[in-house]
Amino acid sequence: MLELINVGFNVGGEKEILRGINLTIDDRFVAITGPNGGGKSTLAKIIAGIYQPTSGKILLDGVDITNKSITERARLGISYAFQQPVRFKGLRVKDLLSLAAGKKTNVDAACALLSEVGLCARDYIDRELNASLSGGELKRIEIAMILARGTKLSIFDEPEAGIDLWSFQNLIRVFEKMHEETKGNILIISHQERILNIADTIVVIKNGELAAVGPRTELLPGLLAGTESGTCSVLADKVEGVRA
Amino acid sequence: MDAIKQRLLKEVAELDSLPVGAYNIRENGKAGGRQTTANIDIQTKTDKPGIDIIIKPGTKNESVHIPVVLSESGLKDMVYNDFFIGEDADVVIIAGCGIHNAGCGDSAHDGIHTFHLAKNARLRYVEKHYGEGEGSGKRLMNPTTVVHLAEGAHMEMETTQIGGIDDTTRITNGDLEAGASLVVREKIMTVGDQHAVTDFTVDMNGEGSSVNVISRSVAKENSRQEFVSRINGNTACAGHTECDAIIMDDACVLASPQITANHVDASLIHEAAIGKIAGEQLIKLMTLGLTEREAEEQIVNGFLA
Repeated sequence: MLELINVGFNVGGEKEILRGINLTIDDRFVAITGPNGGGKSTLAKIIAGIYQPTSGKILLDGVDITNKSITERARLGISYAFQQPVRFKGLRVKDLLSLAAGKKTNVDAACALLSEVGLCARDYIDRELNASLSGGELKRIEIAMILARGTKLSIFDEPEAGIDLWSFQNLIRVFEKMHEETKGNILIISHQERILNIADTIVVIKNGELAAVGPRTELLPGLLAGTESGTCSVLADKVEGVRA
Repeated sequence: MDAIKQRLLKEVAELDSLPVGAYNIRENGKAGGRQTTANIDIQTKTDKPGIDIIIKPGTKNESVHIPVVLSESGLKDMVYNDFFIGEDADVVIIAGCGIHNAGCGDSAHDGIHTFHLAKNARLRYVEKHYGEGEGSGKRLMNPTTVVHLAEGAHMEMETTQIGGIDDTTRITNGDLEAGASLVVREKIMTVGDQHAVTDFTVDMNGEGSSVNVISRSVAKENSRQEFVSRINGNTACAGHTECDAIIMDDACVLASPQITANHVDASLIHEAAIGKIAGEQLIKLMTLGLTEREAEEQIVNGFLA
């Protein structure tokens, strides 16, 4: 269980990116949605320890982790899939899966992880995570790394972006299976109705503030109201890209 | 052979015991063992220190190991090795030099390796330089490689120097006839006050010849590196040179890839990039549970792998 107590974040003491965020994450799937620039990714980075909040506290299973480093938080059980995966010259897919798993990943284990995200292990385990991989491939490898870790809190920043030729259904199945195995909490930043549809709780972040939080059944109809073909209204612009 | 020499041999040639096939081992400036095969002859030079390695035309799937180990402090060793690879041969040559300097005198190994590849010969040449020892004496290496590739010949050169050598100037000169190709992969890491200079000059004289030089290096602490490559396209040919360096601490890296087209159909490309480890790479590995130091180590090792 993750608790954010009155979390705020300023840049250079001036621009307020987030303020007064109070949130408890203890559900299977929690989706964070809201307009671009609203502070969603910043919040994810604050939870992972990449940014230090300028006010408030973060508790993981009741333990104050506010001043803990990225490494310490990772070891306590927080995983974070980047919105834009990082490329590494020289490091191969199997190296990163091994680092994520915390032990040497054999071919069978790598194969199991990569096939979960729709990649053929034989073609990928020895590939470098360099510019030769497409954005979609990198994104799936990023998800496979989180699978390899199997931590109690997994954060995904727009996992659907760039997921080409691979259906949403599969992505959702990955999240479901991950939960079966970890019994942990999965936090997904997304604009996609199909992802919001599996959330137990939906959180709306807007202008740096918590605009709404509640069960999907209560919040989703309001978010979808007034949109065509059921896309999250707060972010119609984003969704165009996803549909294409 | 004592334990120090055995360890040096393992570092530079990955040998636990005497190799299979042809070999010539040089220990502290003297002959340390030799074996020839029906197709590969090794002869000691009579006019200067060094050996001639003669590989018969058509020799396939054979290898030659020619490691050099120095464990006497203050020894300065200089050799001239000539390699004659016959027509249509396809072989692997593994060279390497390991210095253990526990004393206060400077230890040096300078080698001039000249390769003559006959028509359509293929060679993979692997060279590894390694230094160790707690003495105050310096470990110095200055390898010169000269490559002559006849029509259709192909040579791949892999050269590695990961720390341990205080001062090195590595010179490679080559000339290529029609359809010949040369691929050079260099990996260097310098630490402390080490200094490494790489200097490539290759002339593509024959139509359809090609050169690809790929250098990856990491400069740490106060070390300095200079990378200079000159690729001259004198006919219709293709050349590519790439220098990619990670700079850390107070190190200094100079990259100077030069390409000269002396012919309208010479197609030449150079790329050079120097930069520190990207912050996001460190952060990504830290989110997997690595410390900053461990992350740095993984990135550097992967880059030089």
